[in-house]
Amino acid sequence: MAVVAKILVGLLGVSAVLCLYRIGRGPTTPDRMVGIDILGILVVGFASVSCILTGRDFVINIALAWALLSFVGTLALAKHLEGKGFDE
Amino acid sequence: MSNSVAVVLLLVGAAFDLAGCIGLVRLPDVYNRLQAGTKCVTLGTCLILAGTALLAHCPACSVKAVLCLLFALLTSPTAAHALARGARITGVPLWEGSVVDQWEPESREASEGEPRR
Repeated sequence: MAVVAKILVGLLGVSAVLCLYRIGRGPTTPDRMVGIDILGILVVGFASVSCILTGRDFVINIALAWALLSFVGTLALAKHLEGKGFDE
Repeated sequence: MSNSVAVVLLLVGAAFDLAGCIGLVRLPDVYNRLQAGTKCVTLGTCLILAGTALLAHCPACSVKAVLCLLFALLTSPTAAHALARGARITGVPLWEGSVVDQWEPESREASEGEPRR
């Protein structure tokens, strides 16, 4: 299980670094927003993995709340891209 | 038995996440990056959450993981569609190798009249 934990954290960490590269470099604004969206989904996976690895039960709540808030945030960013207000 | 299945699900899910993020870096324009990233990373995270539901210590954690899986499966395509629509309205150009652009009105008329390319 210790080896599996190292492999999981390594794979997810490399994925997050690649996302951060796209967020930092991305030539256009939508590129950065795609990176932010995908980083949010990755954090959900990482939180649930750390719920297993550390044995603390409350961490899965972070995953659930992060999934909800990441969705709302991405929709707000997309609305902002279209040049509309939040109530349209 | 259930443990080994869960570990395999976790590892495959993390590998899918990595593949999606490599696509996010390597592909040429926003729309390609969006589809690679969203599909691969959603599948990978759903597999990780399924593994978590099998391997969790308490039943409540399993239920929360399943809820999170369903929610990710529902909302991720919606968010990706909204982002792609926003990017197209902003006027981000397509990659020069793109074959069809159904959003563009003149290309829609052209494709109705005669087959485009």
